[in-house]
Amino acid sequence: MEINTMITIRNLEKRFPVGKDEFIALRDINLVFGAGEFAGLIGPSGSGKTTLLNILGSLDVPSSGEAVVLGYSIGNLNAKQAAKLRKEKLGFIFQSYNLLAVHTVFENVEFPLLLLNIPKDERNRMVMDALEWVGLTGKVRSKPPQLSGGECQRVAIARAMVKKPSLVLADEPTANLDAANSHHILKTMETLNRELKTTFIFATHDDKVISYLRRKIFLLDGRVDKDEVISAR
Amino acid sequence: MIKFLIKGLIRDKSRSRLPIIVVTIGVALTVLMHAYITGFMGDTVEMNAKFTNGHVKVMTSAYAENMSQLPNDLALLEAGKHLEELRRRYPDFEWTARIQFGGLVDVPDSIGETRSQGPAIGIGVDLLSANTGEPERLNLKKSLVKGNLPVRPGEILLSDAFATKLQVVPGDRITLIGSTMNGSMAMHNFVVSGTVSFGIELLDRGTLVADVEDVRLALDMPDAAGELLGYSAGGFYDDDHTLAMADDFNASYKDSDDAYAPVMKGLSQQGNMGMYVQMSKVWSAYISLVFVFAMSLVLWNAGLLGGLRRYGEIGIRLAMGEEKGHVYRTMIYESVFIGLAGSLTGTALGLFFAWLIQTYGIDISGMMKGASVMMPTTIRARITPMDFYLGFIPGLISTVTGTMLSGIGIYKRQTAMLFKELEA
Repeated sequence: MEINTMITIRNLEKRFPVGKDEFIALRDINLVFGAGEFAGLIGPSGSGKTTLLNILGSLDVPSSGEAVVLGYSIGNLNAKQAAKLRKEKLGFIFQSYNLLAVHTVFENVEFPLLLLNIPKDERNRMVMDALEWVGLTGKVRSKPPQLSGGECQRVAIARAMVKKPSLVLADEPTANLDAANSHHILKTMETLNRELKTTFIFATHDDKVISYLRRKIFLLDGRVDKDEVISAR
Repeated sequence: MIKFLIKGLIRDKSRSRLPIIVVTIGVALTVLMHAYITGFMGDTVEMNAKFTNGHVKVMTSAYAENMSQLPNDLALLEAGKHLEELRRRYPDFEWTARIQFGGLVDVPDSIGETRSQGPAIGIGVDLLSANTGEPERLNLKKSLVKGNLPVRPGEILLSDAFATKLQVVPGDRITLIGSTMNGSMAMHNFVVSGTVSFGIELLDRGTLVADVEDVRLALDMPDAAGELLGYSAGGFYDDDHTLAMADDFNASYKDSDDAYAPVMKGLSQQGNMGMYVQMSKVWSAYISLVFVFAMSLVLWNAGLLGGLRRYGEIGIRLAMGEEKGHVYRTMIYESVFIGLAGSLTGTALGLFFAWLIQTYGIDISGMMKGASVMMPTTIRARITPMDFYLGFIPGLISTVTGTMLSGIGIYKRQTAMLFKELEA
């Protein structure tokens, strides 16, 4: 069990200053995520799910307590180390895709590999592999404005997965998609999770996403309200 | 990575083509405006230099003190010897003798009775000696309206408006009535060889141009000259250089108490020309500064907006793990490229239009009717070395500064807000 532990959160608290007072976004969070999990942080707006996702993605730091992601204590990382962690180990999927509009599908997926200075031949192979996972090898030269919303999100998934990160963080990935596209995306991510053993953590309140999760962590007012593991899926 | 960024820069027209166009226009306007202002201010100075003041003027001390009255009784004697000395001491200047005079022009009819009369100002210039540069300097050939330039002694040019007023045509005889160098009355006959229009309202009202030897004969001034004018070989007035030269020349005579000893005065030391030269320098600098500043603000903002526009893209790059310093540096490199491309194109474009105005000029004669100052009726730009680099101040420095300022947002940006911002 210890060997497979990817994330350990202990007594985590996150406070934001609001005028002279403080708003406590997260309090007393204790969680452990193992490798290959397909888990979701579920809760209404303001429950703290995006804040927790930010901390796990080294985009923010805890006010107190500890979050250890892939062996790195997030609170102790400087900006450069945090960027390195994101570059090498983490993938992000956003609600509104956030693709670079002037670059082709191939170039968008290639971008994380450029940051890692991977040689061209290997890069090309990895990009084509990633596009094959999401079924977009026929759209290599297309640009984001020429794609549907579902296709854009599949490109975003390929971009997040191309470097085979240990952990993918997805913030409301289906919020801009219709039901058919949402299921397509979720099935793609579920397949990648199974085949590549990549850990997926979602922040969501979308029932369609929730129905695919194998672990559901319900947040309410910054606390873990319930932590359910569904082993049947 | 560099290839990736260049592709993005080229494909995103609003990130490359539009900023380059904005910078190009701003720089071209800056260069053109500077050349135009320099030319406009300089033209008036040069016009005065060519017709009356020279870049430097040598005369007797007594003449210098009463210069505005054109006192030819105080003219410099042995002008030929003085000219030789000036040519030897200051070979980078062209030297020439001039006599300015006033008088009455009388036009006789067929029986010798006065048909018409009018007051005139006259200039005796070297028109007939070999290799004289005076006709070209005064632009006489192009100014000719009727007839031809004097080719033999005894011929004279009249301003066309004056000739029309006196009802004189080329070939007619006129009599100049004035006073000799010694104060006695002078009367001398000339044949009108042609009429000229200088495009300078003040001169076109009533001017005579005759060969200096004829004027010497008419005013009884053998080997004398009211003024010896010097013109820099480059053709443009340089205040600092000419004042230094005047100091050098005058040092040779500083101990002389002879009222007829020669004295040299730079253009800015003659009458109110000093004020005009200073004013033209100050206004030229002031207008250029204001324009450069205004253009800098525009291009600074363009750089700033260009940076802010890319907030989303930069957010994605940061989330992907690109370091802030790297993002910031690439933004600066891009703005340097845009600034350089725009500045080079804009400078070339500005210089081209400035060259057009320098060569062909803008005719403002309609606005100059009745003017009492000696100003050209055609405004010309003047391209100076500064025009080759001035545009880079707003074009390159402001664009890069604007980008640097907007880029500071990258450092100040809380990465924690990235998800929220990128969802917007």
